[in-house]
Amino acid sequence: MDKIVIEDFSIEYSDGTESLRHINLHIPANQLTVLFGPAGGGKSTLLRSINRLNDLADVKSTKGQILFDGINILDKKVDVINLRRKVGMVFARPVVLPFSIRRNLTYGFELAGVRDAVLIEESVERSLVQSALWDEVKDRLDEPAISLSGGQQQRLCLARSLIQQPEVILLDEPTSGLDPISTLKVENSLQDLKQDYTIVLVPHSVQQAARTADTAAFFLQGELIEVGIGAELFTNPTESRTQRYIEGRYG
Amino acid sequence: MDTPFIPGPQQRKAQAIFSQAIEILITAVVKAMGYSAIVFVIMIFYFLMSEGIAAVGEVPLSVLFSARWYPIEGYYGILPLIGGSLLVTVGATLFAVPIGLATAIYISEIAPRWMREVLKPIIEILAGLPSVVLGFIGIIALAPQLRVLLDLPTGLTALAGSILLGLIAIPTIVSVAEDALDSVPRSYRDAALAIGATRWQTIMRVTLPAARSGVLTGVMLGVGRAIGETMTVMMVTGNAPVMVRSLSAILMPTRTMTATIAAEMGEVAKGSVHYHVLFLIGVILFLISLIVNIIASAMVFRVKKRAERILS
Amino acid sequence: MNHSSKKRMVVQKVAFAGMSLVASLTVVFIILIVVYIFSMGAGAISFEFIFSAPYDGMRSGGILPAIIGTFYLTVGTAVLAVPLGLGAAIYLSEYAPDNQVTRIIRIAITNLSGIPSVVYGLFGLGLFVLFLRLGTSILAASMTLAIMTLPVIISTAEEALRAVPQSFRVVSISLGGTRLQTIRKIVLPEAMPGILTGVILGLERAAGETAPIMFTGAAFFLPQLPTSLTDATMALPYHLFVIATQVPGMPIQIQFGTALVLLVFVLGMNLIASIIRSRARAKRQW
Repeated sequence: MDKIVIEDFSIEYSDGTESLRHINLHIPANQLTVLFGPAGGGKSTLLRSINRLNDLADVKSTKGQILFDGINILDKKVDVINLRRKVGMVFARPVVLPFSIRRNLTYGFELAGVRDAVLIEESVERSLVQSALWDEVKDRLDEPAISLSGGQQQRLCLARSLIQQPEVILLDEPTSGLDPISTLKVENSLQDLKQDYTIVLVPHSVQQAARTADTAAFFLQGELIEVGIGAELFTNPTESRTQRYIEGRYG
Repeated sequence: MDTPFIPGPQQRKAQAIFSQAIEILITAVVKAMGYSAIVFVIMIFYFLMSEGIAAVGEVPLSVLFSARWYPIEGYYGILPLIGGSLLVTVGATLFAVPIGLATAIYISEIAPRWMREVLKPIIEILAGLPSVVLGFIGIIALAPQLRVLLDLPTGLTALAGSILLGLIAIPTIVSVAEDALDSVPRSYRDAALAIGATRWQTIMRVTLPAARSGVLTGVMLGVGRAIGETMTVMMVTGNAPVMVRSLSAILMPTRTMTATIAAEMGEVAKGSVHYHVLFLIGVILFLISLIVNIIASAMVFRVKKRAERILS
Repeated sequence: MNHSSKKRMVVQKVAFAGMSLVASLTVVFIILIVVYIFSMGAGAISFEFIFSAPYDGMRSGGILPAIIGTFYLTVGTAVLAVPLGLGAAIYLSEYAPDNQVTRIIRIAITNLSGIPSVVYGLFGLGLFVLFLRLGTSILAASMTLAIMTLPVIISTAEEALRAVPQSFRVVSISLGGTRLQTIRKIVLPEAMPGILTGVILGLERAAGETAPIMFTGAAFFLPQLPTSLTDATMALPYHLFVIATQVPGMPIQIQFGTALVLLVFVLGMNLIASIIRSRARAKRQW
């Protein structure tokens, strides 16, 4: 079953950078879908379109549809706030808010006006367990989040995106600044999270793409070159451009 | 928890509609506040013009542009006032620009870090000194010194005004120029030093030229402050509306446009010719500051960072 | 080391020495002014000087009405200018699109900041005192000072708001926050020290200004304290101007004492601003 269906989607920024042309892509539920390719290919742009974060940028035009459970989220009538609550996002650099660890997590509830203390307390623990951070921070939840290490901060960001139990998680090179051990922890968490969530990942390397992908989509200069089952695409790509990228000839 | 994205009217909580209405309302209020700056500039110009324009009808241009300011007898020649403003401002510029630039270069390029931390707040104190306090110092300390030193009949001269106006302009010049020097990329300096330039050569041939537009902006804004300064010049320049005819005028009393308004506005009747002429002088000052500031802000080179701002 | 590079080093030494001399002289001169006023004015300061009204043609007594008046004017300016300035800064930093109108707003702000203070006085006289019939009053003077202070508050507050990392905003929005929630919960609290610093520096200027209040609200001599917003008031800067230039036979000590009180008022605000700024820098998490 497809959670998200992207149909003939095109987007263009006012300054002409990083646009996407005629993208068609099915993102299956409860799988990890990887969007990979050289920088500037439009992967992040696609991620930011799925939660309409691109609304903040100078977008010149969008065409086509992005169907989320069959509803076109590019429609003007869509409640964007509600959409974003259903779609968690983790960014390349760990961005912890200038609050305590706990408030970083509960901030989403704060925005939504949720005050149920029991629910909040349970959610804090669950999300930290899911992101493999609970044991490290359970005794210091009221310390400033900035006091955590880079790897811990990024896992906190993952936990923060999970706390309101979204349906989809978008990750934009979430491990690009992390050491190998932290990277592994994040990757392992993602594999576990697949049971409950649909995950879309922009990996920071081809190797990570190959390690993690259930479905993989290769983007080059604003175009979707090919889509395949993860293992197949990386061992036996159909397009020569994909093959040469995977082999490290460019990018 | 399962709410659809396109809620029907019955599903949309009243609370959500309320908070969205608040959001729209506050956005509108904030926008109006942003636009208020334009409204104020227009209003200021309008109110100055509405009183000042009458003067052009009441006083023949030949009188207005004559060399005699003596309102009691109907002489409304504003040339000596313009001359006085120019004289004092040029004097202040000659005094403030070298000192301001040297100080800015010293703070930004030469001084050790701790020295910078000491100097900057002290310069800021000068920026915060009320002009009336500087005027007071001018009357009490500076003018008597000048009188004795230069053997003048009075120390309350254009020179005293120039020195104090220079002091007022210095903090503006220093802070803007220092900002500009500071924002020159490190790599420029490193490149110059790497090919064997001394630090001094680097400053003069690389850093200062690279910061040129910012430094000029600082000078313009400093000069702009000097032209518009009122209390200090009124207190120390002796207030004689004499036509500037030679360089020696710097050692004599003079009278600026700003001081004229401040000194005479309190005593004129609303709607009189004198009242209108003072507003006309206000219009001239307004236009001068408009021109100075437009030139200054046109010189500032701004790099656009819009896309970067939003997506990183 | 060859001859020419030796020469270059000498040039550099002379130039550096010259620059440091100029910079130190400037700073020493500033310190001298402050010390001079403190040492000459200290003798005038007494309980009576601070807490009583002037009498005997202002040649005796204290300056209480002027102190209170300046306090009222500063508070009045703050009440009017801070909400407006902050709102405008929020608009420019958080909402304004990058277009022609925004550019015009910025030009307008730059121009407001450059208009001579005495021209603000004329404007206040024309609009508030005469056209709106507020008379020479605390209200008219505060309004005039507020418009004069507005550009300072807008530009420093905008700078403080912009200094808050954009990533905080993006994260907040991505978590389902509205723009307003993001501003209220993250941007404003983080920018607050910078905003406060700017506000205080703006008010410091307003407190020390004379020309804008001369025709709009300042009184030459008023022994009693103002009782309403529509009363005129004495004010420290105008009082100093009056006793330094308009009153023959004025004891020099009272003049210095008045200058000292004004200086303490203004420098005190400057000091508070510096403390807020350095504390916030030490605490900042980004």
